[in-house]
Amino acid sequence: METKTKFELKMGMATREAFGRTVVELGRQNKDIVVLDADLSKSTYTHFFAKEFPERFFECGIAEANMIGIGAGLASSGKIPFASSFSCFAINKGFEQLRVAVAYPNVNLKVVGTHSGISIGEDGPSQMSIEDLGLACSLPGFVVLSPADEVSMRALVEAAAAHFGPVFIRAGRPKVPIVHSNQQRFEIGKSVQLIDGRDLTIIATGLLVAEAIRAQETLDAEGISARVVDMYSIKPLDRQAIERAAAETRAIVVAEEHLVSTGLGVRVAQVVAETRPCPMEFVGIEDTYAESGTPEELLEKYGLLAHNIVAACRRALTRK
Amino acid sequence: MNKTSNVRDLAAIAKQVRREIVEMITHAKSGHPGGSLSAVEILVTLFFDVLRHDPQNPKWPDRDRFILSKGHATPVLYSVLAECGYTPKDQLNTLRKLGSIYQGHSDVRFLPALEASTGSLGEGLSIGIGMALAAKLDQSPTRVYVVLGDGEIQEGQIWEAAMFAGDKAVDNLVAIVDYNRIQLDGFVNDIMPLEPLADKWRAFNWHAVELDGHDIPALQAAFAEAAATKNKPTVIIAHTVKGKGVSFMENNPKFHGVAPTEEEMDKALMELA
Repeated sequence: METKTKFELKMGMATREAFGRTVVELGRQNKDIVVLDADLSKSTYTHFFAKEFPERFFECGIAEANMIGIGAGLASSGKIPFASSFSCFAINKGFEQLRVAVAYPNVNLKVVGTHSGISIGEDGPSQMSIEDLGLACSLPGFVVLSPADEVSMRALVEAAAAHFGPVFIRAGRPKVPIVHSNQQRFEIGKSVQLIDGRDLTIIATGLLVAEAIRAQETLDAEGISARVVDMYSIKPLDRQAIERAAAETRAIVVAEEHLVSTGLGVRVAQVVAETRPCPMEFVGIEDTYAESGTPEELLEKYGLLAHNIVAACRRALTRK
Repeated sequence: MNKTSNVRDLAAIAKQVRREIVEMITHAKSGHPGGSLSAVEILVTLFFDVLRHDPQNPKWPDRDRFILSKGHATPVLYSVLAECGYTPKDQLNTLRKLGSIYQGHSDVRFLPALEASTGSLGEGLSIGIGMALAAKLDQSPTRVYVVLGDGEIQEGQIWEAAMFAGDKAVDNLVAIVDYNRIQLDGFVNDIMPLEPLADKWRAFNWHAVELDGHDIPALQAAFAEAAATKNKPTVIIAHTVKGKGVSFMENNPKFHGVAPTEEEMDKALMELA
């Protein structure tokens, strides 16, 4: 497992773009890969696939429920469909179809929700997906993945295609820093320890992984040794990594761009409660909808930046 | 199984299927007899005459697909599958019981010969489109048949699917509306009328055929017409009688979702002798 103490965060592409580019590569290798979109292909980057494989791309119009159902039918006939839209639309408008047509019969459909969280920015809450991880995790049998950067997105789109069964992949709108090396391996149900530490563990996912790394640097300067884990597999969870963090560092902070009530944090807390109970703190969106603003302004206002993670770490340490 | 185009043979199978529907729902003490009985000729004509399928090889890739989107009528499908030899006839009366392959609504986990799990209305047509598109990609002769309830097409997803299939000219797809005019709360015309129904589908670029859904020769002709219709999906609007074949169930909203008593079963089986 790779560990570093000093990180240089170089800006990479948005995870949605990494998805769009990777699914084209998969399409070249496997003719059973097909893609569906609901009038957002320029935003989800599935237009790359549409251009190269027009006969394997299905533009469904603004009709997400039908898109998920068609994807289920394609999968039932042996295709490996990736259905993509903004996360809020794919998950919320397609939820009943994800339940009965996909999860319940265990159909091999991949759903990629882009523009997740509040970092979509100016478009506001109707386009923001802050419930998607909770909803996707509530579907029995679903694998739920939340990559932090282009490197992990690329690997996890490949892992999703190789896995038989329903998968939800969460992608974001903004460009994000690259936190993983190109040599890093990613597996469904695993995590990556980016930085080792003794005093506590920050478990983060998606956009908040880079913030966790920045928080670690601040804590390090104060003499606090924080472990940083990228928990990209929300379901199944890497229970061993969580138990190890609880046992070895005795305090855990979870950080995510999602409602705290239904996201990664509560799932980690369940594992901690079942194994090595220890103080925990949670950084995420409280019980509210956000508003319009720049992504930076929103992350600041809704408490999703490195300094919020640092504050949560201090709270956790006082409870040790 | 012996496939047949002989109308008298198909009618005899239909009568046997009706008997099994009444018996299995009575034994289950719950279920949906009315909408199962209304769809009998549609399913019997499909499975015993029209569909290209093989009970000895249920996952044959080039088989035709059948989806009962109105999943509450699953007793008619179970009876037909058992008559075809997919599943054991002697277990039909385990319907709705713990561990039975004959679950309350169609469930592929328990019965892999089913093409889809249904029961939440409005979803089967989209799934059928996906199967039809896959067949086209694979240059397979597969055709896809989806039976919809009349109340079911009040669901918005049906019209999303209708718009898609009409636009994309999914001509290896056939939807059959079991237009028995009754839904759970009462008569369709009182709850949410559907007319002009054929015009609605035609406006979505479907080829529409209206017929008596208990008229086997008319069904045979309509399925042949659908197969010959290119560049458009076909909808068959099948005018049916809810509870068909059992006098006290016919056109009686009570028997949408209520099982017959043992006495009612005996009376029904005498009528279906």
